[in-house]
Amino acid sequence: MLAARELTRRFGGVFAVDRVSLELQADEIHALIGPNGAGKSTLINLLSGELAPSAGTISFRGAPVPHARPEQMARLGVGRTFQRSNVFMELSAFENCRLAAQARLPRGWAVYERALDCRASTKAARRALGSVGLESRNDATAAALAHGERRALEIAMCLATEPSVLLLDEPLAGMGAEESLRVLALLRTLKRGRAILLVEHDMDAVFAVADVITVMADGVVLASGSPEIVRANSAVREAYLGDAF
Amino acid sequence: MSAPRRALLILAFLALALLPLLAGKFYVDLFAKIMIMAVFAMSLDLLVGVTGLVSLGHAAFFGLASYMVVLAAPDQYAPVSLWTSLPLAVAASALLALIIGALALRTRGVYFIMVTLAFSQMVYFVFHDTKIAGGSDGAYIYVKPQATIGSWSPFDLGNSTHFYYAMLALLVLTLGLLRLLLASRFGHALRGIRSNEQRMRALGFNTYAYKLAAFTLAGAIAGVAGYFAAVQFGVVNPEMASWHQSANVLLMVILGGVGNLFGAIVGAFALVLAQDFFSSLTKHWLLPMGAFIILVVMVLPRGLIDTLQTLRGWAGRRG
Repeated sequence: MLAARELTRRFGGVFAVDRVSLELQADEIHALIGPNGAGKSTLINLLSGELAPSAGTISFRGAPVPHARPEQMARLGVGRTFQRSNVFMELSAFENCRLAAQARLPRGWAVYERALDCRASTKAARRALGSVGLESRNDATAAALAHGERRALEIAMCLATEPSVLLLDEPLAGMGAEESLRVLALLRTLKRGRAILLVEHDMDAVFAVADVITVMADGVVLASGSPEIVRANSAVREAYLGDAF
Repeated sequence: MSAPRRALLILAFLALALLPLLAGKFYVDLFAKIMIMAVFAMSLDLLVGVTGLVSLGHAAFFGLASYMVVLAAPDQYAPVSLWTSLPLAVAASALLALIIGALALRTRGVYFIMVTLAFSQMVYFVFHDTKIAGGSDGAYIYVKPQATIGSWSPFDLGNSTHFYYAMLALLVLTLGLLRLLLASRFGHALRGIRSNEQRMRALGFNTYAYKLAAFTLAGAIAGVAGYFAAVQFGVVNPEMASWHQSANVLLMVILGGVGNLFGAIVGAFALVLAQDFFSSLTKHWLLPMGAFIILVVMVLPRGLIDTLQTLRGWAGRRG
Protein backbone atom coordinates (compact mmCIF):
# COMPACT_ATOMS: atom_id res chain seq x y z
CA MET A 1 0.00 0.00 0.00
CA LEU A 2 2.80 2.36 0.98
CA ALA A 3 6.14 1.92 -0.74
CA ALA A 4 9.52 3.61 -0.48
CA ARG A 5 12.02 3.38 -3.30
CA GLU A 6 15.69 4.27 -2.79
CA LEU A 7 14.59 6.68 -0.06
CA THR A 8 17.52 8.77 1.21
CA ARG A 9 17.84 11.48 3.82
CA ARG A 10 21.09 13.32 4.51
CA PHE A 11 21.76 15.51 7.52
CA GLY A 12 24.86 17.44 6.45
CA GLY A 13 27.30 14.73 5.46
CA VAL A 14 25.55 11.98 7.41
CA PHE A 15 23.23 9.57 5.63
CA ALA A 16 20.54 8.95 8.25
CA VAL A 17 18.59 6.90 5.71
CA ASP A 18 20.52 5.61 2.73
CA ARG A 19 18.70 4.23 -0.33
CA VAL A 20 16.09 2.32 1.63
CA SER A 21 13.38 0.51 -0.31
CA LEU A 22 10.52 -1.25 1.35
CA GLU A 23 6.88 -1.98 0.70
CA LEU A 24 4.11 -2.20 3.26
CA GLN A 25 1.40 -4.69 2.28
CA ALA A 26 -2.16 -4.87 3.48
CA ASP A 27 -2.84 -7.57 6.12
CA GLU A 28 0.78 -7.47 7.23
CA ILE A 29 2.62 -6.24 10.28
CA HIS A 30 5.99 -5.11 9.00
CA ALA A 31 8.45 -4.73 11.87
CA LEU A 32 11.41 -2.39 11.55
CA ILE A 33 14.24 -3.12 13.95
CA GLY A 34 17.80 -2.00 14.41
CA PRO A 35 20.09 -0.40 16.97
CA ASN A 36 19.67 3.19 18.13
CA GLY A 37 20.63 5.62 15.37
CA ALA A 38 19.90 3.10 12.64
CA GLY A 39 17.52 5.55 10.95
CA LYS A 40 14.21 3.95 11.92
CA SER A 41 12.53 7.10 13.19
CA THR A 42 13.93 9.13 10.30
CA LEU A 43 12.38 6.60 7.91
CA ILE A 44 8.99 7.00 9.62
CA ASN A 45 9.34 10.77 9.45
CA LEU A 46 10.03 10.49 5.72
CA LEU A 47 7.08 8.16 5.12
CA SER A 48 4.70 10.43 7.08
CA GLY A 49 5.84 13.58 5.29
CA GLU A 50 7.36 15.10 8.43
CA LEU A 51 10.75 15.21 6.68
CA ALA A 52 11.45 15.77 3.00
CA PRO A 53 13.63 13.09 1.40
CA SER A 54 17.00 14.09 -0.09
CA ALA A 55 16.41 11.52 -2.82
CA GLY A 56 14.08 8.66 -3.64
CA THR A 57 10.31 8.39 -3.93
CA ILE A 58 7.29 7.45 -1.85
CA SER A 59 4.18 6.00 -3.41
CA PHE A 60 0.78 5.26 -1.98
CA ARG A 61 -1.38 2.55 -3.61
CA GLY A 62 0.93 2.70 -6.62
CA ALA A 63 0.72 6.47 -7.15
CA PRO A 64 3.82 8.51 -6.41
CA VAL A 65 3.46 11.22 -3.72
CA PRO A 66 6.01 13.93 -4.52
CA HIS A 67 6.79 16.62 -1.90
CA ALA A 68 4.57 14.94 0.67
CA ARG A 69 3.47 17.11 3.59
CA PRO A 70 2.28 15.58 6.88
CA GLU A 71 -1.35 16.70 6.51
CA GLN A 72 -1.41 15.35 2.96
CA MET A 73 -0.10 11.90 3.96
CA ALA A 74 -2.57 11.81 6.87
CA ARG A 75 -5.47 12.57 4.57
CA LEU A 76 -4.36 9.86 2.14
CA GLY A 77 -4.82 7.48 5.06
CA VAL A 78 -1.32 7.20 6.50
CA GLY A 79 -1.59 7.54 10.27
CA ARG A 80 1.36 7.63 12.61
CA THR A 81 2.30 7.68 16.26
CA PHE A 82 5.33 9.39 17.71
CA GLN A 83 8.21 7.90 19.65
CA ARG A 84 7.78 10.47 22.40
CA SER A 85 4.14 11.01 23.29
CA ASN A 86 2.90 13.83 21.13
CA VAL A 87 -0.62 14.62 22.25
CA PHE A 88 -2.71 17.66 23.18
CA MET A 89 -1.70 17.96 26.82
CA GLU A 90 -4.34 20.51 27.90
CA LEU A 91 -7.21 18.66 26.24
CA SER A 92 -9.17 15.68 27.54
CA ALA A 93 -8.39 12.18 26.29
CA PHE A 94 -11.76 12.23 24.57
CA GLU A 95 -11.11 15.55 22.82
CA ASN A 96 -7.67 14.34 21.73
CA CYS A 97 -9.35 11.49 19.86
CA ARG A 98 -12.34 13.56 18.73
CA LEU A 99 -10.03 16.09 17.09
CA ALA A 100 -8.19 13.24 15.42
CA ALA A 101 -11.45 11.87 14.02
CA GLN A 102 -12.51 15.36 12.91
CA ALA A 103 -9.39 15.60 10.76
CA ARG A 104 -10.86 13.13 8.28
CA LEU A 105 -14.31 14.75 8.07
CA PRO A 106 -15.37 17.11 5.31
CA ARG A 107 -16.80 20.54 6.15
CA GLY A 108 -14.22 21.36 8.81
CA TRP A 109 -15.28 24.96 8.42
CA ALA A 110 -18.89 24.41 9.42
CA VAL A 111 -19.19 26.92 12.23
CA TYR A 112 -22.93 26.51 12.78
CA GLU A 113 -22.60 23.01 14.22
CA ARG A 114 -21.17 22.43 17.69
CA ALA A 115 -18.14 20.14 17.62
CA LEU A 116 -19.55 18.03 20.45
CA ASP A 117 -22.74 17.46 18.45
CA CYS A 118 -20.72 16.07 15.56
CA ARG A 119 -21.73 12.40 15.85
CA ALA A 120 -19.23 11.08 13.33
CA SER A 121 -16.28 12.36 15.36
CA THR A 122 -17.64 11.64 18.86
CA LYS A 123 -18.50 8.05 17.92
CA ALA A 124 -15.09 7.45 16.35
CA ALA A 125 -13.39 8.93 19.42
CA ARG A 126 -15.28 6.65 21.82
CA ARG A 127 -14.53 3.62 19.68
CA ALA A 128 -10.83 4.48 19.51
CA LEU A 129 -10.56 5.04 23.27
CA GLY A 130 -12.38 1.77 23.90
CA SER A 131 -10.09 -0.22 21.64
CA VAL A 132 -7.02 0.73 23.70
CA GLY A 133 -8.81 0.36 27.04
CA LEU A 134 -9.01 4.03 27.94
CA GLU A 135 -12.82 4.34 28.03
CA SER A 136 -12.78 5.12 31.74
CA ARG A 137 -10.34 8.01 31.23
CA ASN A 138 -12.52 9.99 28.81
CA ASP A 139 -12.47 13.25 30.75
CA ALA A 140 -8.94 13.18 32.11
CA THR A 141 -6.61 15.66 30.44
CA ALA A 142 -3.75 14.07 28.54
CA ALA A 143 -1.38 15.73 31.00
CA ALA A 144 -3.04 13.84 33.88
CA LEU A 145 -2.63 10.41 32.25
CA ALA A 146 0.03 7.97 33.38
CA HIS A 147 2.90 7.43 30.95
CA GLY A 148 1.57 4.12 29.65
CA GLU A 149 -1.93 5.52 29.28
CA ARG A 150 -0.57 8.40 27.24
CA ARG A 151 1.16 5.92 24.93
CA ALA A 152 -2.20 4.19 24.51
CA LEU A 153 -3.87 7.54 23.81
CA GLU A 154 -1.26 8.17 21.11
CA ILE A 155 -2.37 4.95 19.40
CA ALA A 156 -6.06 5.72 19.92
CA MET A 157 -5.62 9.09 18.20
CA CYS A 158 -4.02 7.40 15.23
CA LEU A 159 -6.90 4.88 15.09
CA ALA A 160 -9.51 7.63 15.30
CA THR A 161 -8.30 8.98 11.96
CA GLU A 162 -9.21 5.55 10.49
CA PRO A 163 -5.93 5.10 8.63
CA SER A 164 -5.28 2.36 6.10
CA VAL A 165 -1.54 2.48 6.84
CA LEU A 166 -0.24 2.76 10.41
CA LEU A 167 3.30 3.89 11.18
CA LEU A 168 3.93 3.08 14.84
CA ASP A 169 7.12 4.43 16.38
CA GLU A 170 7.89 2.33 19.47
CA PRO A 171 4.28 2.11 20.65
CA LEU A 172 5.16 -0.23 23.54
CA ALA A 173 7.95 1.87 25.05
CA GLY A 174 7.03 2.70 28.64
CA MET A 175 3.99 0.43 28.75
CA GLY A 176 3.40 -2.16 31.43
CA ALA A 177 3.24 -5.86 30.55
CA GLU A 178 -0.55 -5.97 30.55
CA GLU A 179 -0.89 -2.86 28.39
CA SER A 180 1.70 -4.23 25.94
CA LEU A 181 -0.21 -7.48 25.55
CA ARG A 182 -3.41 -5.56 24.90
CA VAL A 183 -1.73 -3.45 22.22
CA LEU A 184 -0.17 -6.50 20.54
CA ALA A 185 -3.57 -8.20 20.45
CA LEU A 186 -5.03 -5.00 19.03
CA LEU A 187 -2.37 -4.89 16.31
CA ARG A 188 -3.28 -8.43 15.23
CA THR A 189 -6.91 -7.44 14.75
CA LEU A 190 -6.01 -4.12 13.14
CA LYS A 191 -3.90 -5.61 10.40
CA ARG A 192 -6.97 -6.94 8.61
CA GLY A 193 -7.17 -4.76 5.52
CA ARG A 194 -4.44 -2.46 6.76
CA ALA A 195 -0.68 -2.18 6.49
CA ILE A 196 1.26 -1.65 9.71
CA LEU A 197 4.86 -0.55 10.13
CA LEU A 198 6.04 -1.30 13.65
CA VAL A 199 9.28 0.14 15.01
CA GLU A 200 9.98 -1.65 18.26
CA HIS A 201 12.88 -2.57 20.53
CA ASP A 202 11.11 -5.37 22.38
CA MET A 203 12.27 -8.39 20.35
CA ASP A 204 9.81 -10.80 22.00
CA ALA A 205 6.97 -8.55 20.89
CA VAL A 206 8.39 -8.14 17.38
CA PHE A 207 8.83 -11.86 16.78
CA ALA A 208 5.39 -12.51 18.27
CA VAL A 209 3.43 -10.33 15.84
CA ALA A 210 5.57 -9.51 12.80
CA ASP A 211 4.84 -11.03 9.41
CA VAL A 212 7.84 -9.34 7.82
CA ILE A 213 10.91 -7.92 9.50
CA THR A 214 13.31 -5.37 8.09
CA VAL A 215 16.59 -4.79 9.90
CA MET A 216 18.36 -1.45 9.59
CA ALA A 217 21.79 -0.33 10.77
CA ASP A 218 23.59 2.93 9.96
CA GLY A 219 20.84 4.02 7.57
CA VAL A 220 20.87 0.97 5.32
CA VAL A 221 18.78 -2.18 5.19
CA LEU A 222 20.77 -5.17 6.45
CA ALA A 223 18.11 -7.77 5.83
CA SER A 224 14.43 -8.09 5.13
CA GLY A 225 12.09 -11.05 5.08
CA SER A 226 10.08 -13.41 7.23
CA PRO A 227 11.01 -13.67 10.94
CA GLU A 228 12.66 -17.06 10.34
CA ILE A 229 14.88 -15.77 7.57
CA VAL A 230 15.89 -12.67 9.53
CA ARG A 231 16.60 -14.72 12.65
CA ALA A 232 18.90 -16.98 10.64
CA ASN A 233 20.75 -14.13 8.90
CA SER A 234 24.34 -14.08 10.12
CA ALA A 235 24.93 -10.39 9.35
CA VAL A 236 21.92 -9.47 11.47
CA ARG A 237 23.05 -11.67 14.35
CA GLU A 238 26.44 -10.02 14.31
CA ALA A 239 25.20 -6.45 14.02
CA TYR A 240 22.26 -6.48 16.29
CA LEU A 241 20.50 -9.48 17.67
CA GLY A 242 23.39 -10.98 19.61
CA ASP A 243 23.60 -14.57 20.73
CA ALA A 244 20.23 -14.63 22.42
CA PHE A 245 18.60 -15.48 19.13
CA MET B 1 -20.40 27.83 31.94
CA SER B 2 -21.09 27.44 35.66
CA ALA B 3 -24.29 28.90 37.17
CA PRO B 4 -22.60 31.64 39.26
CA ARG B 5 -20.59 32.68 36.24
CA ARG B 6 -23.68 32.89 34.07
CA ALA B 7 -25.46 34.94 36.75
CA LEU B 8 -22.48 37.28 36.96
CA LEU B 9 -22.46 37.67 33.18
CA ILE B 10 -26.18 38.47 32.98
CA LEU B 11 -25.81 40.95 35.86
CA ALA B 12 -22.91 42.67 34.11
CA PHE B 13 -24.82 43.08 30.85
CA LEU B 14 -27.91 44.27 32.74
CA ALA B 15 -25.76 46.92 34.45
CA LEU B 16 -24.38 47.98 31.06
CA ALA B 17 -27.90 48.18 29.63
CA LEU B 18 -29.03 50.45 32.50
CA LEU B 19 -25.93 52.66 32.58
CA PRO B 20 -27.19 55.48 30.29
CA LEU B 21 -30.22 55.93 32.59
CA LEU B 22 -27.98 56.58 35.59
CA ALA B 23 -24.75 58.10 34.31
CA GLY B 24 -23.97 61.36 32.54
CA LYS B 25 -22.74 61.85 28.97
CA PHE B 26 -19.07 61.57 29.98
CA TYR B 27 -19.47 58.02 31.29
CA VAL B 28 -21.83 56.97 28.50
CA ASP B 29 -19.16 58.01 25.99
CA LEU B 30 -16.37 56.40 28.03
CA PHE B 31 -18.21 53.09 28.31
CA ALA B 32 -19.10 53.13 24.60
CA LYS B 33 -15.38 53.54 23.89
CA ILE B 34 -14.57 50.68 26.26
CA MET B 35 -17.05 48.41 24.49
CA ILE B 36 -15.40 49.21 21.15
CA MET B 37 -12.03 48.32 22.67
CA ALA B 38 -13.57 45.13 24.08
CA VAL B 39 -14.63 44.06 20.58
CA PHE B 40 -11.10 44.86 19.38
CA ALA B 41 -9.60 42.85 22.26
CA MET B 42 -11.88 39.87 21.59
CA SER B 43 -10.70 39.78 17.98
CA LEU B 44 -7.09 39.64 19.16
CA ASP B 45 -7.94 36.97 21.75
CA LEU B 46 -9.11 34.77 18.87
CA LEU B 47 -5.47 34.84 17.71
CA VAL B 48 -3.52 35.03 20.99
CA GLY B 49 -5.65 33.04 23.39
CA VAL B 50 -7.45 30.60 21.12
CA THR B 51 -5.05 29.88 18.26
CA GLY B 52 -1.79 30.72 20.05
CA LEU B 53 -0.70 33.38 17.55
CA VAL B 54 0.77 36.36 19.37
CA SER B 55 0.39 39.29 16.98
CA LEU B 56 1.92 42.68 17.69
CA GLY B 57 0.40 44.25 14.61
CA HIS B 58 -3.31 44.01 15.23
CA ALA B 59 -3.78 47.80 15.13
CA ALA B 60 -3.10 47.76 11.36
CA PHE B 61 -6.61 46.38 10.75
CA PHE B 62 -8.17 48.67 13.35
CA GLY B 63 -6.41 51.68 11.83
CA LEU B 64 -7.17 50.88 8.19
CA ALA B 65 -10.90 50.53 8.88
CA SER B 66 -10.96 53.80 10.81
CA TYR B 67 -9.36 55.57 7.83
CA MET B 68 -11.99 54.02 5.57
CA VAL B 69 -14.62 56.16 7.32
CA VAL B 70 -12.83 59.21 5.87
CA LEU B 71 -11.83 57.63 2.57
CA ALA B 72 -15.36 56.33 1.86
CA ALA B 73 -16.75 59.87 1.86
CA PRO B 74 -16.44 61.99 -1.30
CA ASP B 75 -15.48 64.95 0.91
CA GLN B 76 -15.30 65.71 4.62
CA TYR B 77 -18.74 67.30 4.77
CA ALA B 78 -20.69 64.70 2.81
CA PRO B 79 -22.57 62.11 4.92
CA VAL B 80 -21.88 58.47 4.06
CA SER B 81 -24.23 55.59 4.68
CA LEU B 82 -23.32 53.29 7.56
CA TRP B 83 -24.62 50.35 5.52
CA THR B 84 -22.16 50.85 2.67
CA SER B 85 -19.14 52.33 4.45
CA LEU B 86 -19.03 49.74 7.26
CA PRO B 87 -18.92 46.71 4.93
CA LEU B 88 -16.35 48.54 2.81
CA ALA B 89 -14.14 49.25 5.84
CA VAL B 90 -14.45 45.70 7.15
CA ALA B 91 -13.72 44.23 3.72
CA ALA B 92 -10.59 46.38 3.45
CA SER B 93 -9.36 45.20 6.86
CA ALA B 94 -10.15 41.58 6.04
CA LEU B 95 -8.29 41.80 2.74
CA LEU B 96 -5.28 43.40 4.42
CA ALA B 97 -5.36 40.66 7.09
CA LEU B 98 -5.54 38.00 4.39
CA ILE B 99 -2.45 39.42 2.68
CA ILE B 100 -0.42 40.06 5.84
CA GLY B 101 -1.53 36.73 7.31
CA ALA B 102 -0.60 34.79 4.18
CA LEU B 103 2.98 36.05 4.54
CA ALA B 104 3.36 36.33 8.32
CA LEU B 105 1.94 32.87 9.02
CA ARG B 106 4.93 31.32 7.27
CA THR B 107 6.86 32.25 10.41
CA ARG B 108 6.42 31.10 13.98
CA GLY B 109 6.80 32.29 17.56
CA VAL B 110 8.95 35.36 18.09
CA TYR B 111 9.43 35.79 14.34
CA PHE B 112 5.68 35.97 13.89
CA ILE B 113 5.59 38.76 16.49
CA MET B 114 8.31 40.67 14.63
CA VAL B 115 6.77 40.20 11.18
CA THR B 116 3.29 41.31 12.28
CA LEU B 117 4.89 44.33 13.96
CA ALA B 118 6.80 45.16 10.77
CA PHE B 119 3.70 44.95 8.56
CA SER B 120 1.65 47.12 10.90
CA GLN B 121 4.46 49.70 10.95
CA MET B 122 4.25 49.75 7.16
CA VAL B 123 0.54 50.58 7.39
CA TYR B 124 1.32 53.23 10.01
CA PHE B 125 3.92 54.92 7.82
CA VAL B 126 1.69 54.82 4.74
CA PHE B 127 -0.77 57.01 6.65
CA HIS B 128 1.95 59.00 8.41
CA ASP B 129 4.21 59.84 5.48
CA THR B 130 1.77 60.27 2.59
CA LYS B 131 -0.91 62.87 1.99
CA ILE B 132 -3.71 60.32 2.43
CA ALA B 133 -6.32 61.78 4.79
CA GLY B 134 -4.19 64.52 6.25
CA GLY B 135 -0.83 62.78 6.60
CA SER B 136 0.65 62.77 10.10
CA ASP B 137 -2.06 65.17 11.39
CA GLY B 138 -4.93 62.89 10.49
CA ALA B 139 -8.36 64.10 9.44
CA TYR B 140 -11.65 65.10 11.05
CA ILE B 141 -14.95 63.41 10.41
CA TYR B 142 -17.39 66.32 10.45
CA VAL B 143 -20.48 64.29 9.60
CA LYS B 144 -21.19 60.93 11.24
CA PRO B 145 -22.25 58.07 8.97
CA GLN B 146 -26.02 57.88 8.54
CA ALA B 147 -27.92 54.75 9.57
CA THR B 148 -30.97 55.60 7.45
CA ILE B 149 -32.63 52.87 5.39
CA GLY B 150 -34.76 54.58 2.74
CA SER B 151 -36.49 57.29 4.74
CA TRP B 152 -36.41 55.36 8.04
CA SER B 153 -33.65 56.16 10.55
CA PRO B 154 -33.41 53.44 13.23
CA PHE B 155 -30.74 55.27 15.24
CA ASP B 156 -28.45 58.29 15.13
CA LEU B 157 -24.73 57.61 15.57
CA GLY B 158 -24.24 61.27 16.58
CA ASN B 159 -26.41 60.75 19.66
CA SER B 160 -24.36 59.46 22.63
CA THR B 161 -27.11 57.24 23.99
CA HIS B 162 -27.96 55.77 20.59
CA PHE B 163 -24.29 55.17 19.91
CA TYR B 164 -23.87 53.54 23.32
CA TYR B 165 -26.68 51.05 22.72
CA ALA B 166 -25.42 50.33 19.21
CA MET B 167 -22.02 49.45 20.72
CA LEU B 168 -23.62 47.32 23.44
CA ALA B 169 -25.48 45.41 20.72
CA LEU B 170 -22.23 45.06 18.78
CA LEU B 171 -20.45 43.70 21.86
CA VAL B 172 -23.16 41.12 22.56
CA LEU B 173 -23.35 40.12 18.89
CA THR B 174 -19.57 39.72 18.57
CA LEU B 175 -19.33 37.76 21.80
CA GLY B 176 -22.21 35.49 20.76
CA LEU B 177 -20.84 34.80 17.29
CA LEU B 178 -17.31 34.14 18.53
CA ARG B 179 -18.56 31.82 21.31
CA LEU B 180 -20.47 29.90 18.65
CA LEU B 181 -17.32 29.74 16.56
CA LEU B 182 -15.24 28.45 19.50
CA ALA B 183 -17.75 25.66 20.14
CA SER B 184 -17.69 24.55 16.50
CA ARG B 185 -15.31 22.10 14.89
CA PHE B 186 -13.41 25.06 13.47
CA GLY B 187 -12.94 26.51 16.97
CA HIS B 188 -11.85 23.16 18.36
CA ALA B 189 -9.30 22.87 15.56
CA LEU B 190 -7.92 26.31 16.45
CA ARG B 191 -7.48 25.20 20.07
CA GLY B 192 -5.72 22.09 18.80
CA ILE B 193 -3.31 24.27 16.82
CA ARG B 194 -2.53 26.30 19.93
CA SER B 195 -1.91 23.12 21.90
CA ASN B 196 0.24 21.23 19.38
CA GLU B 197 0.38 22.31 15.76
CA GLN B 198 2.75 19.56 14.62
CA ARG B 199 0.30 16.94 15.88
CA MET B 200 -2.59 18.65 14.10
CA ARG B 201 -0.71 18.39 10.82
CA ALA B 202 0.15 14.76 11.44
CA LEU B 203 -3.58 14.13 11.97
CA GLY B 204 -4.36 15.68 8.58
CA PHE B 205 -5.30 19.28 9.36
CA ASN B 206 -4.11 21.95 6.95
CA THR B 207 -3.15 24.19 9.85
CA TYR B 208 -1.95 27.01 7.62
CA ALA B 209 -5.43 27.41 6.14
CA TYR B 210 -7.05 27.33 9.59
CA LYS B 211 -4.64 29.95 10.94
CA LEU B 212 -5.13 32.16 7.89
CA ALA B 213 -8.92 31.98 8.27
CA ALA B 214 -8.62 32.93 11.96
CA PHE B 215 -6.21 35.75 11.16
CA THR B 216 -8.51 37.15 8.47
CA LEU B 217 -11.59 36.93 10.67
CA ALA B 218 -9.73 38.61 13.55
CA GLY B 219 -8.64 41.38 11.16
CA ALA B 220 -12.23 41.88 9.99
CA ILE B 221 -13.56 42.17 13.55
CA ALA B 222 -10.73 44.55 14.47
CA GLY B 223 -11.91 46.53 11.45
CA VAL B 224 -15.45 46.76 12.86
CA ALA B 225 -13.97 48.13 16.09
CA GLY B 226 -11.72 50.59 14.22
CA TYR B 227 -14.62 51.86 12.15
CA PHE B 228 -16.74 52.70 15.19
CA ALA B 229 -13.75 54.13 17.06
CA ALA B 230 -13.28 56.63 14.22
CA VAL B 231 -17.01 57.40 14.19
CA GLN B 232 -17.01 58.04 17.94
CA PHE B 233 -13.80 60.10 18.13
CA GLY B 234 -14.75 62.09 15.01
CA VAL B 235 -11.12 62.04 13.97
CA VAL B 236 -8.61 59.60 12.49
CA ASN B 237 -4.85 59.74 12.75
CA PRO B 238 -1.90 57.40 12.15
CA GLU B 239 -1.70 56.63 15.89
CA MET B 240 -4.74 54.38 15.47
CA ALA B 241 -2.56 52.00 13.45
CA SER B 242 0.54 52.44 15.60
CA TRP B 243 2.36 49.75 17.52
CA HIS B 244 1.31 51.49 20.75
CA GLN B 245 -2.25 50.66 19.84
CA SER B 246 -1.26 47.04 19.03
CA ALA B 247 0.50 46.73 22.40
CA ASN B 248 -2.41 48.38 24.19
CA VAL B 249 -4.93 45.82 22.94
CA LEU B 250 -2.49 42.96 23.58
CA LEU B 251 -2.19 44.24 27.15
CA MET B 252 -5.98 44.16 27.52
CA VAL B 253 -6.08 40.53 26.43
CA ILE B 254 -3.24 39.48 28.74
CA LEU B 255 -4.52 41.53 31.68
CA GLY B 256 -8.02 40.07 31.42
CA GLY B 257 -6.99 36.48 30.74
CA VAL B 258 -6.58 34.70 27.42
CA GLY B 259 -8.59 32.15 25.52
CA ASN B 260 -12.23 32.58 26.53
CA LEU B 261 -13.19 36.06 25.17
CA PHE B 262 -14.66 37.13 28.54
CA GLY B 263 -11.13 37.87 29.72
CA ALA B 264 -10.59 40.21 26.76
CA ILE B 265 -13.76 42.13 27.68
CA VAL B 266 -12.74 42.35 31.35
CA GLY B 267 -9.25 43.43 30.30
CA ALA B 268 -10.62 46.24 28.10
CA PHE B 269 -12.77 47.56 30.94
CA ALA B 270 -9.97 47.27 33.50
CA LEU B 271 -7.31 48.93 31.39
CA VAL B 272 -9.38 51.89 30.18
CA LEU B 273 -10.99 52.48 33.59
CA ALA B 274 -7.59 52.27 35.31
CA GLN B 275 -6.18 54.76 32.81
CA ASP B 276 -9.14 57.06 33.48
CA PHE B 277 -8.79 56.67 37.26
CA PHE B 278 -5.03 57.18 37.52
CA SER B 279 -4.97 60.08 35.07
CA SER B 280 -7.61 61.86 37.16
CA LEU B 281 -5.37 61.52 40.25
CA THR B 282 -2.05 62.69 38.90
CA LYS B 283 -0.36 63.94 35.80
CA HIS B 284 2.29 61.23 36.30
CA TRP B 285 -0.41 58.58 35.92
CA LEU B 286 1.72 56.21 33.84
CA LEU B 287 3.70 55.32 36.98
CA PRO B 288 0.78 53.97 39.09
CA MET B 289 -0.64 52.47 35.87
CA GLY B 290 2.54 50.46 35.36
CA ALA B 291 2.52 49.36 38.99
CA PHE B 292 -1.12 48.27 38.63
CA ILE B 293 -0.34 46.13 35.59
CA ILE B 294 2.69 44.52 37.24
CA LEU B 295 0.62 43.78 40.33
CA VAL B 296 -2.17 42.12 38.34
CA VAL B 297 0.26 40.01 36.34
CA MET B 298 2.07 38.89 39.51
CA VAL B 299 -1.00 38.13 41.63
CA LEU B 300 -3.26 36.85 38.85
CA PRO B 301 -1.02 35.16 36.29
CA ARG B 302 -4.07 33.86 34.43
CA GLY B 303 -5.67 37.30 34.25
CA LEU B 304 -8.40 39.27 36.02
CA ILE B 305 -11.01 36.78 34.86
CA ASP B 306 -9.40 34.34 37.29
CA THR B 307 -9.89 36.60 40.36
CA LEU B 308 -12.71 34.51 41.84
CA GLN B 309 -10.81 31.23 41.53
CA THR B 310 -7.67 32.78 42.96
CA LEU B 311 -9.55 34.18 45.97
CA ARG B 312 -11.21 30.81 46.50
CA GLY B 313 -7.76 29.20 46.35
CA TRP B 314 -6.46 31.54 49.06
CA ALA B 315 -9.50 30.96 51.25
CA GLY B 316 -9.08 27.21 50.77
CA ARG B 317 -5.44 27.30 51.83
CA ARG B 318 -6.23 29.26 54.94
CA GLY B 319 -9.20 27.08 55.92
